[in-house]
Amino acid sequence: MNYFPDEVLEHIFDFVGSHKDRNSVSQVCKLWYRIESYSRQKVFVGNCYAIGPERVAERFSGLKSITLKGKPHFADFNLVPPDWGGFVYPWIEAFARSRVGLEELRLKRMVVSDESLELLSRSFPNFKSLVLVSCEGFTTDGLAAVAAYCRQLKELDLQENDVEDHRGHWLSCFPESSTSLVSLNFACLKGDINLPALERLVARSPNLKSLRLSRAVPLDVLQRILIRAPQLLDLGVGSYLHDPDSENYNKLVTAIQKCKSVRSLSGFLDVAPHCLSAFHIICPNLTSLNLSYAPGIYDNELIKLLRHCHKLQRLWILDCIGDKGLEVVASTCKDLEELRVFPSDPYVGQAAVTEEGLVAISRGCQKLNSILYFCQQMTNAALITVAKNCPNFVRFRLCILDPTKPDAVTQQPLDEGFGAIVQACKDLKRLSLSGLLTDQVFLYIGMYAEQLEMLSIAFAGDSDKGMQYVLKGCKKLRKLEIRDSPFGNAALLMDVAKYETMRSLWMSSCEVTLGGCKALAKRMPGLNVEIINENDQMEFVGGCDDDRQKVEKMYLYRTLAGQRRDAPEFVWTL
Amino acid sequence: MEGGVAYENGLNFKATELTLGLPGSGETEGQGGVRNNNKRPMPTPETNEEESQAHKAADRGSTAPAAKMLCRAQIVGWPPIRSYRKNSLQAKNSEGEASGMYVKVSMDGAPYLRKIDLKVYRDYPELLKALEAMFKFAAGVYSEREGYKGSEYVPTYEDKDGDWMLVGDVPWDMFMSSCKRLRIMKGSEARGLGCGV
Repeated sequence: MNYFPDEVLEHIFDFVGSHKDRNSVSQVCKLWYRIESYSRQKVFVGNCYAIGPERVAERFSGLKSITLKGKPHFADFNLVPPDWGGFVYPWIEAFARSRVGLEELRLKRMVVSDESLELLSRSFPNFKSLVLVSCEGFTTDGLAAVAAYCRQLKELDLQENDVEDHRGHWLSCFPESSTSLVSLNFACLKGDINLPALERLVARSPNLKSLRLSRAVPLDVLQRILIRAPQLLDLGVGSYLHDPDSENYNKLVTAIQKCKSVRSLSGFLDVAPHCLSAFHIICPNLTSLNLSYAPGIYDNELIKLLRHCHKLQRLWILDCIGDKGLEVVASTCKDLEELRVFPSDPYVGQAAVTEEGLVAISRGCQKLNSILYFCQQMTNAALITVAKNCPNFVRFRLCILDPTKPDAVTQQPLDEGFGAIVQACKDLKRLSLSGLLTDQVFLYIGMYAEQLEMLSIAFAGDSDKGMQYVLKGCKKLRKLEIRDSPFGNAALLMDVAKYETMRSLWMSSCEVTLGGCKALAKRMPGLNVEIINENDQMEFVGGCDDDRQKVEKMYLYRTLAGQRRDAPEFVWTL
Repeated sequence: MEGGVAYENGLNFKATELTLGLPGSGETEGQGGVRNNNKRPMPTPETNEEESQAHKAADRGSTAPAAKMLCRAQIVGWPPIRSYRKNSLQAKNSEGEASGMYVKVSMDGAPYLRKIDLKVYRDYPELLKALEAMFKFAAGVYSEREGYKGSEYVPTYEDKDGDWMLVGDVPWDMFMSSCKRLRIMKGSEARGLGCGV
């Protein structure tokens, strides 16, 4: 029974923001489903193959913004062959046909062709915002189309994409009449930039709040840009190479002093370590600092900079900061909530931080709730201390560069340490494990990690029991990704219905066989069970041989769209 | 080039010598199987660390099989960082800490200074040729005993300690890391610099 007119319900639903809540709202009754569906403006599709674009357009007739994710997470680490899939073109084409009033497109790990960017720019007159994260397949020609034809463009945000650079004319494709830009991030582009065009663009964009430059933008241009845009909130410095005695540098110092609003600083893609002191004046205002692409900033220069950053909430840094540097962070950045420490030399396999840095951080930064930590070694004692100091972790990702390294002091597995983490952190949603680990750690995870949604496992466990503990215990699990661990069919087939409550499961270099995967696919028609068969490793033979054929890479996901039609020949859907 | 084994000079007895150490650890003979960070010409840089780790692990009696660690050089996708990040770090490491090492060059009597990128040059002859072309002078012939003979002008540089040194005395790499600026001095002032005593 419902006594509210539809408009009132719609108005109330306006206050329901998160897509999870809106999904819940839509399941209350048919009326609420209908109203919620036509009033939802922002749609999130965590797996682009879970549903077809036509169906999305049909259900959400008021759709203005869509977020799509394509390839499995391990594609970021080259575990998924190119041409696997994740194409955005069918989505853009379907939305154009259905006359969706698309204003915002946010993509992660998808293949974006120039064609799709051109179609996008011509099909949606109100298009305002394009955010591409870890995508590939496009060139600066595609960007030129977006610049030229999206008259209302407010945001063009390119994060860590692989873009083929056909030189910098795309920037000059923004028409002179375009004054609406609020956010422009082209830091990941490798080629030259039309610098005068950039300066003119900044000059005619009074609403510009976020600007992240590529390394092709030198210091003198940066200085002139800052003079034009002192209202910036977020700045990514491109190239920071200069002579500290030069007039350009002095002008830069003056320009930076005027940028009182900058709260987020990143970049320094090319940097000579001297004279970062020009930035010390804005450091006390910073809430976010990303120096993870600046290996040229280290030791004293880095420490001096950090000592000014009292208000920092988010810090992304390279491990050349060292344990000592992390102690400085711990004593300076009392508001720190998120820390990421990346390896500065992944090829050599040595990290400059150890468990000591992590413990220091946990002691000093009580508000810490999210960490990604690449380190040389870890101990159970350290993890237990960290768990005690910081029970608020929502995301805890540890990566020891040697993936099966035991406790550096006791040589024991790190089961107890991670066990302490999951027991103490009741809100833990995401966990990545590394180091020497037995089935025991999975017993702990199954027992304590009640809110866990995403778990990443590599080189861990002894038997099927490990995976079984997780599947049985983690009720809220949505994404499970496993590599190089001894889990086989018994674990895979233990609770097949569970996979329909999850977004996806990835298993590579494990013990599952073709027979096991086929059995799973047969019992669960609502899942796509895909085998990635690189280099013709396997033959699709029937019979008992299937149980001897180990599957190198398996990716399964729930879907309403059935088998996908764009799978390459090395992907078999069972 | 001083230091290092002269492999170009025919038979390399060191390579065929029986030692207790791992191949390539010539400088650490007498330390048993323990290696330090000697760089040897291997195709994959990380293999050094792999074997080093494996041996260290074997020494500690770790439960993880050494074979697994040895294979780490071939592990795809480890450490788990985005290819974009990995590629940009690789590019940086091959470029060096700063791309371009610009120093000011002044010449006595010239109205303005110039700037050159030291990283562009491989050795002293290349650098001198460039300076000669830039400032239209001839440096003369360098010898350790007499400095630059046969020229009005002498190339000098200011080092990290603030001292003015004759270009060419120290090995090229050392010069690269200590040179702050260059000055082409006029012969009369240069007397006493680099002349054998």
